[in-house]
Amino acid sequence: MEVILIILALAVVVWVVSGPLRRAERPEAASAARRAGLQAAKEAKYREIRDAELDWRTGKLSERDYREQDRRLRAEAVEILRELDELD
Amino acid sequence: MAVVGRACLIIAFVVSIYGVGAAIHGARPGNRRFAESARRSVYAIAGLVTFSFAILEGAFLTSNFSFVTVVTHSSTTTPFFYKAAAAWSSQEGSLLLWAFLLSVWSSVVLTITRNRLRDVTPYATAVLLGFATFFLGLLVFTNSPFDTVAGPAPVEGSGLNPLLRHPSMMTHPIALYSGYTLAAVPFAFAIGALIARRIDAEWIAATRRFALGSWLALGIGLLLGARWSYVELGWGGYWAWDPVENAALLPWLTATALIHSIQIQEKRGMLKIWNVSLTLATGTLAIVGTFLVRSGILDSIHAFVEQGNEIAWLFTGLICVMCAGSIALVVSRRALLASENRIEALLSREAVFLMNNLVLVALTFVVFWGTFFPLISEALTGEKHALGPPWFGKYIVPLTIILAVLSGIGPVLSWRRATGLNARRNFAIPILLAGAAVVVSLALGGGRSLGAELMFAACAFLLGCVGQEFWRGTRARRAMSGEALPVALVSLVRRNRRRYGGYLVHAGVALLFVGIAASSAFQHVITPTLQVGQTAHVGGYAIHYDRPTGTITTKGGRLERINLGSDLTVRQGGKVVTRLHTERGYYPTDDSSLGVVSRYFEGEQTSEVGLKAGARRDIWTVVSPDTDPLRPIISQGDKVFGDAKNLPPSMGAALLGQAIRGIVNRYERNPPPAQFRFIVSPLVSWIWFGALVILFGGAISIWPPPGGATRRVRARYLARVGRESAATTS
Repeated sequence: MEVILIILALAVVVWVVSGPLRRAERPEAASAARRAGLQAAKEAKYREIRDAELDWRTGKLSERDYREQDRRLRAEAVEILRELDELD
Repeated sequence: MAVVGRACLIIAFVVSIYGVGAAIHGARPGNRRFAESARRSVYAIAGLVTFSFAILEGAFLTSNFSFVTVVTHSSTTTPFFYKAAAAWSSQEGSLLLWAFLLSVWSSVVLTITRNRLRDVTPYATAVLLGFATFFLGLLVFTNSPFDTVAGPAPVEGSGLNPLLRHPSMMTHPIALYSGYTLAAVPFAFAIGALIARRIDAEWIAATRRFALGSWLALGIGLLLGARWSYVELGWGGYWAWDPVENAALLPWLTATALIHSIQIQEKRGMLKIWNVSLTLATGTLAIVGTFLVRSGILDSIHAFVEQGNEIAWLFTGLICVMCAGSIALVVSRRALLASENRIEALLSREAVFLMNNLVLVALTFVVFWGTFFPLISEALTGEKHALGPPWFGKYIVPLTIILAVLSGIGPVLSWRRATGLNARRNFAIPILLAGAAVVVSLALGGGRSLGAELMFAACAFLLGCVGQEFWRGTRARRAMSGEALPVALVSLVRRNRRRYGGYLVHAGVALLFVGIAASSAFQHVITPTLQVGQTAHVGGYAIHYDRPTGTITTKGGRLERINLGSDLTVRQGGKVVTRLHTERGYYPTDDSSLGVVSRYFEGEQTSEVGLKAGARRDIWTVVSPDTDPLRPIISQGDKVFGDAKNLPPSMGAALLGQAIRGIVNRYERNPPPAQFRFIVSPLVSWIWFGALVILFGGAISIWPPPGGATRRVRARYLARVGRESAATTS
């Protein structure tokens, strides 16, 4: 019984681990890493825009500072979106 | 099943070595299949180790004494609950728990990132599998949990160490080990990002929750350990109750710094070198913490773990490799780690976060130096010298006061640059609260400790800042949505979990610091020796020794513990405040060098604390009975039973039971003076409440945002950014 269990475990492990090696290599887009980095930057920028708005609404930023910061952040977000578009 | 368990670990060890090679090979372009195979290796290891762990748990739960570890750490009379926990009370079982948790977290993170970070993940997989190889190697070659006894299995085991029979045994080790193993994930991805030269915010975004999870789990572990020590082990005071717990505080402190400073990298592209260093330090300190528990090189309550010189050397090697590799990688990538921006003003959130980081790192260094000083002094002078609470207090108190102030200032400042006018408006109420706290404290009789007064002021300031943030945020939310205040508060937190969860953590820290400051500065401690009927006075309370108690606890027909204790009455101004019972438990030992009766008094001992906990103060009592007057009768019993070896076993057991009952009755009838330790400490309950608030806030921060809300936010900003884009181009 124990021997059967060990052989079974070994067989399952070999089958699971070798699965990808039994398939052909799939070509990858060279821009995948760049795109992922830009996506992360985009998410961070959106969060920054949202935080700036909350900072303004809770009195940490003056209206003038907020408008200036918001404009700058959105310009940076636009730049990231442009770079993402260029990858498509 | 021991053979199957051992075989699973051997297969897992071989797979982990293969996986390291496959992952590194898979990092090269065109070898994606190998990276995929390495990821699957992690899943396979998780399955194998889980199966092994289940076999070991099964052996404990069914009292399978063919396993050496079950014989030495459990017994048929061990309660079911503790049988399950006994698996990780041993060296080998706890290493298996480490490997199990590591394999689970590794599988989770590699599943989440399977379609992301394609150039970083293979290296991170190799590092995670490297950790797995190390721990599986220990389990296969030096500390197998599947060793079996030679010959027929014994019918009974030694039982679980009495000190470990506490509900926290089920949760405290698992929480700490989860914290340690979760710290391995950001460590692995930081290494991967450095090797792959991908030092952007993506690896941080992918592993941020794991860093937060590690921080949260370590926090839960530390809280449970402190509570366990307070109510069960005989509280030794701050910094003195256990160096191993101090070691768990080290990665918690660096993780705290990290979860603040990664926000600066995400928002401003700054502090990359700092963040990657903190991540690597947290991962390394997690291994240092594991090493301290497992090696037993420091005097600790965790010395139930066998001394393991071999393991100590192996862990030292691993830590050296982690340190040297981390430093080499950071130095070689220093050009890539340059900041994209500069701090624009000292009056900005990022500047305050940086200062808060420096304080946390200084705290880490102080705790590290104080905890490891016995080893450092032994290496330099040949003698072990320990640094006590006064040494810690000298550095920790001013640093934590600064930390509390900075924790208040940071959240109310804006990113980049705050104006003086805004700062003055935001700090007015918190500063007033700080002043009020000092006045109230002085009116209540404080003023004996400058450190405590400053801490109360700093914490009131911090609570004022946090309260103001919640109020203003809720008001802004109500103005935007028209919701009722309570609904607006919930919506605000739901939509900004990271920010407001963090604020709650700050509030919890303030409560915890107040509890620690008050209970340290205004604590009253006495250690009187009392006869029955005598009274001791402490902190305005009169504690009267009413009567001694003596009981015997049996389980499954066997004597489990002898309890010698005392009933106490606590009065204030003549009025009874509470009645307390405290006792010491004596567990039998199998040491055959002792006499038959002595074995029941010379084994492990535990303290049961008599505690009256309240919002304002705790009254904490513990007794240490003097058993010396019982020695002559115990020795006489040893001689009688030593000479009566030919008695039938059942008769011998019955007579022995009667003899022990007689000794316990004698203690009750003619009690010798007992030594007590009475502590009256104000605001201890604030520590536990503050810790719960911290954990609650941490849980809010780590909880993923609702999918719908995220989509709405994304859609909204996409539209705004799109409009801006159109305006810019037109």
